[in-house]
Amino acid sequence: MRELHRFPGGVHPSEHKAESSSRPIHEAFIPRKLVVPVRQHIGQPAKPVVELGDRVLKGQMIAEADGYVSTAIHAPSSGIISEIGLAKVPHPSGLPDLCISIETDGKDEWIAHEGVDWRIMEAAALRGYVRDMGLAGLGGAVFPSSIKLDPAGGPAIHTLILNGGECEPWITCDDRLMQERAEEILEGARIMQHLLGAQTLLAGIEDNKQEAIAAMRTAAEKLGLDIDITSMPTLYPGGGGKQITKTLTGLDTPSGGRTTDVGVQVFNVGTAYALARAILHGEPLISRIVTVTGHVLRPQNFEVLIGTQMSELVMHAGDREAMTGIIMGGPMMGFDVPNLDAPVVKSTNCVLAKSEETFPPRPREMPCIRCTQCVSVCPAVLQPQELYWFARARNFGKAQEYHLFDCIECGCCSYVCPSHIPLVDYYRFAKSEIWAREKEKRSSDIARERHEFHLFRIEREKKEKAARLAAKAQTKKTEAPTLAPEEQDAKKKLIAEALARAQAKKASITPKNTDGLPEEKKTEIAEIEARRAKIREVAKQPVEPEKH
Amino acid sequence: MATSTHVLQKNSVSRVMLLVLACLIPGILTYAWQFGWGIVINLVWASILALSLEALALRLRNFPIKPFLSDGSAIVTAWLLALSLPPLAPWWLTLVGMIFAIGVAKHLYGGLGQNIFNPAMVGFAVLIISFPAQMTQWSAPLAIAGHHLGFVESLAVIFGGGLPDGVALDAIVSATPLDTVRTGLMQQHTLGEIHSYSHIFGSLGGVGNEWVAAAYLAGGLTLWALRIISWHVPVAFLLGIWLTAGFLHWGDAGRYAAPWFQIAAPSAMLGAFFIATDPVSGSTTPIGRLIFGLAAGFLTVIIRVFGGYPDGVAFSILLMNLCVPLIDAYTQPRVFGEPRK
Amino acid sequence: MLTAILVMAGLAIALGAVLGFAALRYKVEGDPMVEKIDAVLPQTQCGQCGFPGCKPYATAIAKGDADINLCPPGGDEGVKKLAELLGVEVKPLNAEPKPKSVAFIDENTCIGCTLCIQACPVDAILGAAKQMHTIIASECTGCELCIPPCPVDCISMVPIREDLTNWKWRYPVFRIKPA
Repeated sequence: MRELHRFPGGVHPSEHKAESSSRPIHEAFIPRKLVVPVRQHIGQPAKPVVELGDRVLKGQMIAEADGYVSTAIHAPSSGIISEIGLAKVPHPSGLPDLCISIETDGKDEWIAHEGVDWRIMEAAALRGYVRDMGLAGLGGAVFPSSIKLDPAGGPAIHTLILNGGECEPWITCDDRLMQERAEEILEGARIMQHLLGAQTLLAGIEDNKQEAIAAMRTAAEKLGLDIDITSMPTLYPGGGGKQITKTLTGLDTPSGGRTTDVGVQVFNVGTAYALARAILHGEPLISRIVTVTGHVLRPQNFEVLIGTQMSELVMHAGDREAMTGIIMGGPMMGFDVPNLDAPVVKSTNCVLAKSEETFPPRPREMPCIRCTQCVSVCPAVLQPQELYWFARARNFGKAQEYHLFDCIECGCCSYVCPSHIPLVDYYRFAKSEIWAREKEKRSSDIARERHEFHLFRIEREKKEKAARLAAKAQTKKTEAPTLAPEEQDAKKKLIAEALARAQAKKASITPKNTDGLPEEKKTEIAEIEARRAKIREVAKQPVEPEKH
Repeated sequence: MATSTHVLQKNSVSRVMLLVLACLIPGILTYAWQFGWGIVINLVWASILALSLEALALRLRNFPIKPFLSDGSAIVTAWLLALSLPPLAPWWLTLVGMIFAIGVAKHLYGGLGQNIFNPAMVGFAVLIISFPAQMTQWSAPLAIAGHHLGFVESLAVIFGGGLPDGVALDAIVSATPLDTVRTGLMQQHTLGEIHSYSHIFGSLGGVGNEWVAAAYLAGGLTLWALRIISWHVPVAFLLGIWLTAGFLHWGDAGRYAAPWFQIAAPSAMLGAFFIATDPVSGSTTPIGRLIFGLAAGFLTVIIRVFGGYPDGVAFSILLMNLCVPLIDAYTQPRVFGEPRK
Repeated sequence: MLTAILVMAGLAIALGAVLGFAALRYKVEGDPMVEKIDAVLPQTQCGQCGFPGCKPYATAIAKGDADINLCPPGGDEGVKKLAELLGVEVKPLNAEPKPKSVAFIDENTCIGCTLCIQACPVDAILGAAKQMHTIIASECTGCELCIPPCPVDCISMVPIREDLTNWKWRYPVFRIKPA
C-alpha cells in the first residue's frame, strides 16, 4: 500500500454519480451538422486548411496547429464543409468564435490511417505527431499534450500520474472509460512514460469508483505494466493536479508553479486513452466521452463527436420538461452554457441539464461575516475572504499579494459560504482584470518605444536631408545648370498639352452605363465621383513640404 | 452569468447565528436557575429591542428588511449584551445599550459584516462608563439571597415598578465575586480575609456563577464541535488569563486571586467562547487568533486587577478588535507550496 | 531663559545639519516623477491633452502645469491612478471617454499620399507614395492623429470588438442593497 498524504482543505458535496455510472458508454451518433471551433485548447487557435465546399473525410485535418502552443483540429465525420465563420461556442461569455461547420453525409468514411511505432520513433517527431493528432488534456484544462510530453526545459520528470480522480459530482466519464477501456488507457500511459522518461508510473482513483480500480488493476496485470494504481479517499478537489500530486507523492507544488517543478507530470485518463488511439491506430482526437446527466430521462455516458450540438445530445439522452439550462462541466467548476446549441468541444466532460429542484437559483448574497469557513476548505490555503474583499474593492495589487493566482477556482469556498457569495466569480473577475492590465501595460510600453523611435527617426531624417541639401548646394555651385530656362518652359508646355489631351480623351470614353441603375446605386456613384474629384483637386495642389 | 458552484452546502448566516444562540441556551437556563427570572425577562426585552432597532436602521439605510432581520445577528448581539448586564438591569439601561450596540457599533459602521468592534461589547462599555451604579447591582445568587423574586416581581423591578413591599434592595442584590475581591483589596484586606467574610465565593468562581460558567463552557465546546468557531481564540484567551493571573498569584497570593478564580467567572467563559470568537470583529488567521486571544486574556486580568473596573473582558476585547487589521496583515499563513521563510 | 534659547538653537542647528546631509546623501538624479507618470499614461501619443505626446504631458503634470484629468484614452481609471501616484484628489475626466478603437484605412479610397504615415506617432502605418496604405492594427494606439491629415477621408476609427481573446469576466453583481 502506498502511503497517502492529505492535501489541505476540500469538501464533500453529494456525489450524484450513480445516476449515470451504471449504464455503459453509448456509441457515437452522427448528427447532421457538426460545428467544430478552431480554438478548443489553450494557446494559439488552429489555422483552417480547408475551403468552403470541400469534402472532408472522417479524421482529416481541417485546421493545423499554429505555433508551439497549439494543436490541430480534425473532421469528426465525413461530409462537406458548409461554413467557415463565427458560430456559437461553449464559453461563459456567449461570444461566438471561428468554427468550421461540416454537413455530414452519414457515411462516416474514414481517411486512410494507421498507427506509428512509438518505440522506434524519435521523441520530437512523436511529439509533432501528437500535436498533429490534435491531442489536448481532456481533464478540462485542454493544454496541448505535445507540450506536456516534452520534458525539456524543466526539471526531470520522475513520476507520471494518471489522474482518475474525477472528483466533481455528477461526472462519470472517466469512471466508465476506466471500466470499459482500461487497457488502452494503460497503453497510452506507457507511451507517455516513454516520452517523459519517468521512472515511476502512478494512477490515483477515488475510492467511490471501485469497479474502475478493479478494471485498471486487471488490465495492468494483463499488460504487465509496472503501475501503482491507488485508491484515494473521495474528497473534492482531489482530482486537481496539485492535489493528486500531494495525495500520491506527498510533494507540494510550489506556489505559482506547476507540478512539473517537483518532477511530476499529471495526465487525465481520457487523455491517455486518446493518445493510445492516436499512436496505435492513427485516430486523431475527434470524439470524447461525455457524461450527459442531471435533468434528463436516461443519464449516461456517450461517445460524442466533437462539434455535436449540446441540445442534440440532451435530446439523445431524453430531454425533460422544465429544463432550466445546461452546465458544461460539473456543478463545482462548470459554467452555465449561454447557448444550448453550442457544440461539444475537447474540454466538454459533462453536459449537466439543470432543473429548478436540482439546481435552484443561488440565494441572496449576504455580506461576508469573516467566518473563515472558506479558509478551512481552501486547498491552496488562501484567505478567500481577504481575496474577496480586495477583488470587490478592485484592489488588484493587494489581491495578487495575497496569492490570487494560486487560486485553482475549485469553488470550495463558494460551496461552503454561509453568505452565499459567488466568491469564484470575484476571483475570476480580478484575474481577468489583472491580465487585461498587464496586456495593456505591455502594449503601452511597446507604443512608447515605437514613439521614441519615431521621434528619433524624424530627427535622423531631418539631419540626413540637411546634409543632402548641403551637398547638393555644393555641387550646384561648381556645375552649370543643365537646362536653359527657355528649354525648361518648353518642356512644361509639352507636359501641359499632353495632360489636356489625356483629360479630353478620358472624358470622351467615360462609359455612361449608369442609366439603368436604381436610385441608391446612383447616389453611391455620385458620392464616389465627388470623392474622386476631390482627390484630383488635392492631387493638383503642390505637395506640401514636410512639416514638423 | 454567475458561475461559482452551482451547488451550495446547506449553510447560511442565519444557521450560524441560530447555532450560536442554541449554544447559549444551557448558559441561560443555568443563569435563570441560579439567579431567578430577571435574566429571562431582560433577554426577551433585549431581543425585542434588537429586532426593532435593526428594522429601523435597515429602513433608514434603505436596505431590504426581511433577509437581514432574519439573519439572527441582531438577536445574538441582544443576548450577548443582556447576558453581560445585571439580570435585574432597569429597562432603559438595556435600551441605551442596544441603541449603541445596534445603532452605532453595527449600523453606523456599515451593518452586518462591517463592524470593527463587537456591537454587544460597545453597548456594554458605554453603559459601564455612563451608569456605573446600575451596572454593579447584580442579582444575588438564589442560594444566598434574602428574597426570591417571582416572575411578576422581577418584571416590576425591571420596568420601574419598584421593589416588592418589605423587601430591601440588599436582599436581592449583591456584588459579584470579582467586585467583592476588588472592594476588599481596596480596603487593604487580604484575599484570605475576604474569603472568610463573604458568602459569595463558592468552590471556584462564586456561588451560582461557577455553574453558569460551566454551562457557557459546555455551550462553547458544542460550538467548537460544530465547527462554528475554531479552538484558537477560546484556548488562547483562557490561557492568557491563566498565565497572567497565575504569574501575579505566584508573586503574591495574598493580593492576587488564583487563576482558577479568574477563569471561573462567567464573563471569562462567555467572552472566550461567544464574544472573542465573533468572526466579524476578530482575527481570521490561526496565528492571529492566538495572538488576539492571548492578548485579550492578558488585558482582561490587567484591567481586572489594576484598572478602574471590576471586569475587563469587554474592554480587552474591544482593544484587541482595534488591532485586528494589523494582526491579520502580519500573520498571513503560508499558502500551499509557499517556501518557508 | 538663556539655556532654553540655547537648547532650541542647538536643536535647530543639529536637525538642520541632518536634513542638509540627507538632502545631499540621498539626492535623486533626474526627475523620476516624470518617468512614473509617463508609465501610467496609456502611450497613445494622441495629444488630446494638448501636449504633443505622453511624455510632454507627464512632464507638465510633474511640473504642476497640467491637470491630471486631461487624458481621455486613460479614462477615469487613468485619472485614478495618477491621483494615487501624486496623492491628489480624483477628478472627473474633462472629456467623454471613447471606446478603445483602431484606425482603419478604406483601401479603395486611399490615394497613397503618405500624409497619415507622417502623422502616425508610433509608425503603425505601412505604405509608400502612390501605394495603398494599411494600418498595423496590433501597433495602432487609436490616437486618431492620422484622421485630420487624410485628404480623402479614407481613415475611420473602428472600435475594438469584444471577442474571446479580450473578453473579461464581469464584476459580479452585488445585490445587498436594492437598486
